[in-house]
Amino acid sequence: MTPQSHALPAQRLESGIADSKPNFIPGDAVAEANRCLYCHDAPCVQACPTGIDIPTFIRKISTGNVKGSARTILSANLLGLSCARVCPVEALCVGACVYNEWHRSPVIPIGRLQRFAVETVLSDGSAKGLLSKAKPNGKKVACVGAGPASLACAGYLALEGCDVTLYEKRDVAGGLNVTGVAPYKMNAESAMTEVEFIRSLGVTIKTGVEIGKDIAPAKLVDDHDAVFVGVGLGADSKLGIPGEDAAGVFGGVEWVEKMKLESGYSLAGVQRAVVIGGGNTAIDVVRELAKLGVPDVAMLYRRTEADMPGYKHEMELARKEGVRLVEKAVPQQFVLAGGKLAAVALADGREVACDLAIVAIGQGKLGAFVSSFPGVATTDKGLALGDPMSGTTGNPKVWVGGDVTGGELVVTAVQDGKRAARSIAAALGLPSRDDSPMQAGHR
Amino acid sequence: MADLSINFAGIQSPNPFWLASAPPTNTGDQIMRAFDAGWGGAVWKTLGDPIVDTSSRFGSIDVGNSRMVGFNNIELITDRPLDVNLREIREVKRKYPKHVVIASLMVESKEDWRDIIKMCIDAGADGLELNFGCPHGMCERGMGSAVGQEPEVLKIVAGWAVEFSTIPVLVKLTPNVGDIRVPGVAAVEAGAHGLSLINTIKSIVGVDLDKMVPYPVVGNRATNGGYCGPAVKPIALHMVSSLGRDPRVNIPISGIGGIATWRDAAEFIAMGCTSVQVCTAVMHYGFRIVEDMIDGLSNFLDEKGMKSVNELRGKALGAYSEWGDLDLNYKVAAQIDPEKCIGCDLCYVACRDTSVHCIHTAGEPLIAGHRAPTRDKAIAKATATGVHVPWVDWDECTGCNLCSHVCPVPGCITMVDDTRGKPFESWNDRIAKGTNKVPGGLRG
Repeated sequence: MTPQSHALPAQRLESGIADSKPNFIPGDAVAEANRCLYCHDAPCVQACPTGIDIPTFIRKISTGNVKGSARTILSANLLGLSCARVCPVEALCVGACVYNEWHRSPVIPIGRLQRFAVETVLSDGSAKGLLSKAKPNGKKVACVGAGPASLACAGYLALEGCDVTLYEKRDVAGGLNVTGVAPYKMNAESAMTEVEFIRSLGVTIKTGVEIGKDIAPAKLVDDHDAVFVGVGLGADSKLGIPGEDAAGVFGGVEWVEKMKLESGYSLAGVQRAVVIGGGNTAIDVVRELAKLGVPDVAMLYRRTEADMPGYKHEMELARKEGVRLVEKAVPQQFVLAGGKLAAVALADGREVACDLAIVAIGQGKLGAFVSSFPGVATTDKGLALGDPMSGTTGNPKVWVGGDVTGGELVVTAVQDGKRAARSIAAALGLPSRDDSPMQAGHR
Repeated sequence: MADLSINFAGIQSPNPFWLASAPPTNTGDQIMRAFDAGWGGAVWKTLGDPIVDTSSRFGSIDVGNSRMVGFNNIELITDRPLDVNLREIREVKRKYPKHVVIASLMVESKEDWRDIIKMCIDAGADGLELNFGCPHGMCERGMGSAVGQEPEVLKIVAGWAVEFSTIPVLVKLTPNVGDIRVPGVAAVEAGAHGLSLINTIKSIVGVDLDKMVPYPVVGNRATNGGYCGPAVKPIALHMVSSLGRDPRVNIPISGIGGIATWRDAAEFIAMGCTSVQVCTAVMHYGFRIVEDMIDGLSNFLDEKGMKSVNELRGKALGAYSEWGDLDLNYKVAAQIDPEKCIGCDLCYVACRDTSVHCIHTAGEPLIAGHRAPTRDKAIAKATATGVHVPWVDWDECTGCNLCSHVCPVPGCITMVDDTRGKPFESWNDRIAKGTNKVPGGLRG
């Protein structure tokens, strides 16, 4: 099989954005690891949605057992590399670290230490054979979508000996990790190394195959012993105002994907950019625009800063990078001049001049797609309906998890994928193993 | 400001801080810079027939992020010509007449001892220190610790030095013996005017697991070295104290072993030392550390109302007793301050896995009739903040002290007196009363 997931084009705009937290060198990792108190019943573990044994993996770094450290991480979280880089650690493990209660800073850089351990084993070859793998059991599992939830579910089940195939409609696997993560946190190449790691566990990845178009959902279910649907979210939501279809107006996720993956895309000539929204995608986009050198980047939010759903620590960084926030900004229409985008007109009469506008106000739900699987129900908000602890649905052969069910973080998607893998393994009657990686971490 | 000057066996020193005979005292230039920094004295790197050193020759133990907690060397005595060292001793004493220069010596024959002692006296040394301690290299040639480990030989050689010398003779002892009092008393009996200890401890500091060669690596081989640095301080304190309280030892002691701060120095002096010698800490940080040693010791003496450092000498020695004379009824109990506790639960796991499991989490019940003074506050904080604040059952706590050592938060765990008026009773008291039988032994 030819690896297709590495097919990233050259001359991508994201390549010009530097890593904001470069990987530690070994000596620095050990020094930081030595600062960890090695708490008993540690709050950081409780705060991790996947339940990685953080004090243990950090101690292993401090003793020079980096391979063992990575095993501790990857058992509980197969996507430990991307989670290390994209998790909002300030709101999770780092936010729970006892150093906060101690009023000592800096708090242990848990994410960076995790990255160090996982990146080390992925780059030096020691990831091979790191996790215990069962003999092939002949069970066929399909995972729909190749984002974090599906990658995790597929990887864990491959380790249990299943014959797992990932179906991805795009040309590249990885989902939002590849198409949507801010490059200063993780670029597409880095995300692809993780996809390759999952592939190395024995997962077959079929890109360019769209379920519902190339293969009927019912047939997929018939042809496999179990199907996991982890397709994430749909296209960018629209404001529904005049001018939104003009050149120079993009959806948030659409633009980020373009910036990360489209060969030759350029911001040449863009002097003033506006980003509409107040969530984390909007903050990512303004920071990306600022880092790419757009002279004036304005964030338009319909209410006040206090109401913004995006992380405050991220917004502070955006501000330091020169982004200005326009509060109580309710866009009324995109104003064109000579056929080109010129400004956003607001409901209160103000106008914000711009030659690029990005609408990052959320994404559509894929309820209709999910419903095409026989017996699978959705909520009235268009989210897939699954049991939160197992991902089981109304169809005994179909499981769901990740953003398609309403999660919002990579790490929660991974936990969904892991829970579904456990549930699928049990449903398929696979023998339990003492060293089964998917049993690590939180239930 | 307290008077820090001392008189060591007739040698006047502006303060008790001397540099030990070691790499920092290899040359006159080094020693003069040390005196400028504030050191009161220096023991010159051991003189004798010049040697050839290996490369490398130092090894170190790091603990967590602390470097050089323990240090090891396989360096020998001076590699410089004797006449150069003697010329520099003369120069140092001419420029720094009030500072102490002691010549450390190591030679073999009686004639050699006679000649080198005369040369050092002629050069102006204030005293001599006989190196009977070096546990690597030189001992293979019948010198250093080879002498210090044989009390009879030590006595003979020290006796020669005392006979030939017109200035005070210190005998530097090796800790590589079963009972330090044996060589210590032998030195006293030989007529020595002072003792200095400890020299380094015979050691292998670690192993290079890639090369499969111990450290420090010399090509593809290694040898045992001498261990020193902060890690050896407790061993040195014990040996110094053993001699300090031995009535046969009526000569001053210069304490050596892991001294890095004024506090270390104060402890050695409180256990009977007149001067202290420092090496590893200077190798780590340079001569400049003495400024804080002088300042800190002086402030400490002022706070304690002592006019002179001499008042501190031996102050803690009287409290050093045999185990059999300790009070078995004295009782302390651990108290965790819920305000300060950060919820790491290191005390909880230490008590559970090592001690009596008297530390409990907020959710655990209290045994009826038991006392747990901080339990309510611990539960209140745990409930309000989610911080895992544990508490101590005072009727289960044995006062072992472990929790207070593992706690990372200064002042969070204190040991509180819970003796509750019980009278003093030692094991020796029990033996005297015939109540020293503890049920459950081999014979019931």
